[in-house]
Amino acid sequence: MSIQAHDLAGKPGNDPAFLAVGDSALAVQFGESVDAETNRRVIALAESLTDLPLDGVLECVPTYRSLLVSYDPARLRGAALEAALAQRVAQLRLGEEAARRWRVPVVYGGEVGLDLEDLAREKELTPDELIELHSAAEFRVYMIGFAPGFAYLGGLPEALHTPRLPKPRMSIPAGAIGIGGQQGSINSVTGPSGWRFIGWTPWRAFDPARAEPFLFAAGDRLSFVPVSAAEGAEIEAAIAAGEMLPEAVQ
Amino acid sequence: MSLEILSTGPMLSVQDQGRHGRKRFGVPSAGAMDRPAMDLANALCGNALTAAALEFTAIGGSFKAGRALRLAVTGGECDIRIGERVLGAGQSHTVEAGEVVKIGVLKGATWGYIAVSGGIAVPEVLGARATHLRFALGGVEGRALQAGDLLPLGEEAEGGICLRPREPAPRPGAIAPERPIRVVLGPQGDYFAPEVIAQLKTARFRITPQRDRMAMVLDGPPLPAARGHDIVSDGIVSGAIQVPSSGQPMVLMADSQTTGGYPKIATVISADLPRLAQLPTGADLRFEIVSRDEAEDILLAERARLHEVLASLVPATGMMLSSGFLLSCNLVGGIVEPEAVMGRDLELSEDTAA
Repeated sequence: MSIQAHDLAGKPGNDPAFLAVGDSALAVQFGESVDAETNRRVIALAESLTDLPLDGVLECVPTYRSLLVSYDPARLRGAALEAALAQRVAQLRLGEEAARRWRVPVVYGGEVGLDLEDLAREKELTPDELIELHSAAEFRVYMIGFAPGFAYLGGLPEALHTPRLPKPRMSIPAGAIGIGGQQGSINSVTGPSGWRFIGWTPWRAFDPARAEPFLFAAGDRLSFVPVSAAEGAEIEAAIAAGEMLPEAVQ
Repeated sequence: MSLEILSTGPMLSVQDQGRHGRKRFGVPSAGAMDRPAMDLANALCGNALTAAALEFTAIGGSFKAGRALRLAVTGGECDIRIGERVLGAGQSHTVEAGEVVKIGVLKGATWGYIAVSGGIAVPEVLGARATHLRFALGGVEGRALQAGDLLPLGEEAEGGICLRPREPAPRPGAIAPERPIRVVLGPQGDYFAPEVIAQLKTARFRITPQRDRMAMVLDGPPLPAARGHDIVSDGIVSGAIQVPSSGQPMVLMADSQTTGGYPKIATVISADLPRLAQLPTGADLRFEIVSRDEAEDILLAERARLHEVLASLVPATGMMLSSGFLLSCNLVGGIVEPEAVMGRDLELSEDTAA
């Protein structure tokens, strides 16, 4: 039974574990930990399936350490898919990732970044020092999940790791810049959240009316650029008027 | 032309076969909770199976036809009336322009489907018309439907007639509460001790009122995870049975999010998920563990069976196809008990009605 293989899969170079996810999906699990190396392998396999599709594979969901692969058993049985994927994994070449990079404007503090001052106090920092730490970091988009376009970010400086609130707040707006445990976030839809929030971006990670509704994808890199409240409002207005689109720097 | 909603039950939404291909961007499937029942409703109206229909729970509502159309209600038995006429679920009926259809209480099932010829032609959002309530996608403004909504209708195929399945039934299969719900172990089966897996096989679980289009919470013996109730978030499919720290299993359904951080002890097989969705609140169920290979075989066999049901629809009257038949559609009605027509008159028409 492949589900006993968890413990074998974890170190780069080891074979991944194949886990059955019912009769129309399986998970290729490259490890148990949250780290860039494991996530690179997940994304490399996802890209390989995009570049060279396997007949019968319907779609893939890259997550931190495993790739969910949906398939149609009428065209490809799970056992055969495992064999094909094992071959793919063996051929994966992990060169330099051709990752997109984003510089995301953030208005720190204010109404949306309601935790900025408390968090700075908890960390024995000034708000400016906290902003400097957060905006100097380079983040990696480990996965998009939870909600359309919601980016889970790895690379949060350890000094900013903060547990989630015991009781979620009811309504956090889209564009809120959050911290949850060891992760960062850019909220993509308005909704409840137990994360802590330090700022707001005028960019929309999810906009169903945009030609490309989703801004970010797993594997992207990003950093945050502090802007004033006035600049934030200007960017928001320019995007709303169709005069500006959020763009990757490379 | 449109369908006007005059009143609704507690939950009425536009659904179709769901959103696919964007899960890597966090977009849930949504779509019908009982897809075979919705497919049957569409087929009865001569629609492509990709057409959008209405899904309701408990009570349908009242609807005014903006043009002549055929309408079918599936999912379970249901009281359907046009004025004084009482109509049966599980077959299509003709509705004239301006007539009001009242769709009452759904019996013995949880999710009902209303299809109309031409389909519900709301705009597609991210590749589907299905409503996802929490993220406000699809349907009408991404919300549950309400009185006053005008639903655009698509073009209907020429020369359609009223149809019913060869074996008249409002669902393309029995709900059969006594039959176990089959699952494939995993993807985190090894988070649970063997005795907990044994519980999953032998214990009875009850369907609690905590259920919606996203998930169904089950009551039963707790299923503690020896390796803890937090995993590094990974991908989720509908049918996943996740176990948070309460130990109370929760089956994720059509509107489930795409990723999550609870261990998933097992996954309900695709063939049994519609049946689980239809079980009434308070019902007891048992799980049976099958291998992935078996689950795939069961799914392919179930697809073939459903295909056969849809491919062998017969005229709703059991008469030969003729110009008189179309006329007779308007007179069909009064079938309160489907067994009243079960199997009768059909031998005569099957050869000619395929």
